[in-house]
Formats: sequence, structure tokens, C-alpha cells
Amino acid sequence: MVLSRGRFLGRFLLHAAVHLPLMLPPVVTGWLLLLVFGVNGPVGAALEKYLDIRLVFTEAGAALACGVMIFPLMVRSVRLSLEAIDPGLLQAARTLGAGPFDRFLSITLPLALPGVLAAAVLGFTASLGEFGAVITFAASIPGQTRTLPLAIYAALETPGGEAVAARLSLVSIGLALLGLGVAELLSLRAGRWRRR
Amino acid sequence: MTLLVEVEHRYRTSGISVAFQAPSPGVVALFGPSGSGKSSVMNAVAGLLRPRHLRVELNGVALHRIPPAKRRIGYVFQEGRLFPHLSVLRNLQYGSTRAPAGPIGTDDVISLLGLAALLPRWPHTLSGGERQRVAIGRALLSQPRLLLMDEPLSGLDQARRDEILPYLARLRSAFSLPIIYASHALDEVMRLADTLVLLENGRQRAAGPMTELVSRVGLPLALRDDAAGVLRGKVFSHVPERRLSAIACGGDFFWVPMVAAPEGKDVRLRVPARDVILATGEPRGISVTNMVGARISEVLKIEREHAALVELDLDGGGQLISRVTLDAVDRLGLRHGMHVLALVKAVSVELQPE
Repeated sequence: MVLSRGRFLGRFLLHAAVHLPLMLPPVVTGWLLLLVFGVNGPVGAALEKYLDIRLVFTEAGAALACGVMIFPLMVRSVRLSLEAIDPGLLQAARTLGAGPFDRFLSITLPLALPGVLAAAVLGFTASLGEFGAVITFAASIPGQTRTLPLAIYAALETPGGEAVAARLSLVSIGLALLGLGVAELLSLRAGRWRRR
Repeated sequence: MTLLVEVEHRYRTSGISVAFQAPSPGVVALFGPSGSGKSSVMNAVAGLLRPRHLRVELNGVALHRIPPAKRRIGYVFQEGRLFPHLSVLRNLQYGSTRAPAGPIGTDDVISLLGLAALLPRWPHTLSGGERQRVAIGRALLSQPRLLLMDEPLSGLDQARRDEILPYLARLRSAFSLPIIYASHALDEVMRLADTLVLLENGRQRAAGPMTELVSRVGLPLALRDDAAGVLRGKVFSHVPERRLSAIACGGDFFWVPMVAAPEGKDVRLRVPARDVILATGEPRGISVTNMVGARISEVLKIEREHAALVELDLDGGGQLISRVTLDAVDRLGLRHGMHVLALVKAVSVELQPE
């Protein structure tokens, strides 16, 4: 919302911070996460001390790394969905007696929702493929932080692991197709209103 | 009861300056070409644009002091702006559920605008004309104190315009509601307006009763090809043996080919300037049916077109304009203050219901 409509001095900085993981090598992102959320990092140390949460080399850490990596993609999609909404509709709602919060709930949200959901599905599917940032930040611990691509990589490194790798790759392809399909359905739903 | 509007605004290269008063209820037409500032005035009144100076008073209530979402000014946009994710019914309800109870009934609006069959449908399945009718209904059901219509017919072809115009004409009499109507089509203005505000490059050129302004030769309207005078009157009587109907306009009677409208019905007569013949004495053996006395209030010569516009104050009240040749001005010695006869063929008079 802020990126789509807001106009302020730090806009560029926020924009850069959000989109950096898209441009940086994933390994660099992972290492930066390690610096910030690591056991000795400023946030990581505080989390461990007060909340007893450890992110490095844990499942939560793998999730965080995936999240950071797909965040810019999500922001872009959500922003596109919001920007595709005709501001004239919000003006019309205003003349019909709807206040700002009312307009957000009754016009902005329902119109952006299919796009936001499509972005979420795509983002989730894409995050399953995260490799560089995850292996740097959360390592590849079997049964804990070994994500699908990490498992495939590990299988390929093991002598005679091609069969395992092939099966895992099939799973990966299946998930990707499923994600794409669901996202496509959702954006069709969003497009239904814009045809005219 | 009065509607008062004042808008002053500066853009980088142009400005808006408008101030008018009009009787309420009634239709105020903002008339001017595209880019003359009609939409800016409307947006300012609705609160969508914040101008330097704004004053909107309706029957003494200062609407400009009320925040836009609570101002209850209905706005019909050029493109309809129906909510695409809501059915026609839910679009109609959007305003009514957010408005206090008011005099405008849902059933009345649905039947007046012919919306019953459209209720379950979705905006993207509607035709342009249907969409505009829904938009009008949606604005009406928000129980507006004032209705703004920004060129509601301009995106439509002639057939669709003809489909909606009668609805608009009915609207002005069905709900006693002040309406500001922006348009660049003179025929719509002549058909609907009570008060006319002429805009040129954001400035107000003239404001006053529509019937007076359309026939004022000092204004650009009279120079147009479709210039005409408009008279307001009532159907007086039908004369079946002559196949004519008499329309009383002030103290004058105009004959038109027989119409179906009942006696006593309010009507408007549109008399094209090209179809008004001037005579200094009563001609005989002539097919023209209508002959009314008039005093010339102004003669404007258009040398370039070898023509002249003659502004007429009819003896019975009302104004007409006549477009004649320069030769006719010389031959008859037409000049300010002279009394003449205005001759109008019955078939040239265009009758419109109020």
C-alpha cells in the first residue's frame, strides 16, 4: 500500500531494501541474514536472549530465508494489483458516502484480492526452490532444513543417487505446475472484471 | 430555494472561475467544449478536487463545509464507474446502505430507470446505456441533496443517447432534486436545462435562464449551426379537424402537427433560428401556420457569412432568434426596437416533453 500510493522521502530506501534480495546473489543475502540474525548478530542475539528463538540452522531460519527471497516478488505483484485499481472507483465510493477505511474494505481489498492470492501462491511455489540463501543461512540438515532443491543436490552428490534425484525432481515439477495453475485460475478471476 | 455555487481554482497554465445562482430544484447545465473546466467545477463541488475557493450553498446549507464522504452529493461520472466486483443490485445498494433514510424510493428508481431486469447482472455484461442507467440509479439511491452528472451521455452513440434522454427528462420532474449537468451537446442542454452556465477556458461567460441565453445573439450559442430558441409552454388544446395541437407559451400560441400529449402537459418548443421568417406585414396565401408579433432587441451582422442574427422578444413573452440574409436586413430595414411578425412553420417546431 505504502509503496503503491505513498510519496515520501525514504521511499527510495524502502524500495531498495525490499527489492535488494531480487538483485543480489542469494548467497550474499544468506550471509547478510547470518550477520543480522546469527547467534552474534544484533537481532539474532536479542531473539535468543529474550524469546529463546534461534534461527540459524533451523527450520524457522529456512522459512525466514525463503521469505526474504520471495518478498520482493510478492511486493511487486501486490503493488501491481493495487495499481490496477481505477482510482475513479474510489472517488465514486467516496461520493456515495464511504470513508477511507470503508473504501479500503469494500473496494480496494476485494478488487486486489485475487491478484494478491495469485502472488501468494506463486511466491510459495517459488520459495520451495530457494537454494543459495537457505544453504548459507540454515545449512542443509536432513529432516530439518533440507529443502527440496537441497535434497536433490545432495542426492546428485551421492553415488547412485540419480533415481532419488529424479523422483524428487518429478515432485518439484508437479508442485511448480500446480502452483502455476492455481495462480492462473486466480488471475483469470481477477481479469474477469477488467474485460471491458 | 436556491443553489449557489462559487469555484475559484488555479492550475499551472489555466484557471477556473465560476459563480452562479440557480433556482432549486431545477437543472443547471454547465455548457462548454471539452477542456473548458466543466469536470473541474463538478469535482470541486463533490469534494474530489480541493480548489482555492469553494462555496456551495443549497437552501442556505453550506455543503462545502461538510467532508466529501458526508456531503451527500450524488455524482454520475462520464464512464459510469460501476464497481466491477459487485452485481448491479449491490452497486445500487452501495450508496443506499451508507445513506440515511430519504425520500427517494428504491422501487421508484428501479421502475423509472427500467432497472428491474438488470439487478442480478454484473457490470461487465451491461451495454454502455445500461451501465449509465445503473450509475444514475446508484447515485439517486444515496439520497443526494444535489445530483451532479458529468456528460453522462457523451460516451454513447446516438441510439443509446436517445434511449437515456427520456429517463433524464423524467428524472428532473420525478424527484424534486437540484441537478448540475455538464454537457457539450446543445440539444441535451435545450432539452433538460432550466439554468445555463456557459464556460469558456474555465471562465464563466454567462449564466442565467436557459431560454434567455440560447437566443442571445451576443453569445456564441446563437452563432452555431444548430442555434435555436426554446419556449416553455403547455399543451392547450387539440384540434382534430385541422390535425393540429395548440401550445400556449406565455401569451402566444404555437401550432404544431397534432401530438399525443394530454392537454395541460408542460412542454418545450425548440424553434431553429434558420426556420424563423420575419415579415413587416401580414402575408396572405402562405402555408406558414404560426405568426406571432415580436420586437427586435438586437441585430447582429455576420459579414463573413453574409447573414445576420436577429434577437426577438415575443409579444407574449419568450425569446426567439432568426437567422436571415444581410439582404433581408436591408430590404426590411430590420433594426433594434422595430416590431415585426415572426413566422414559423408548424413542422419546424420541435416539441419535447418536460
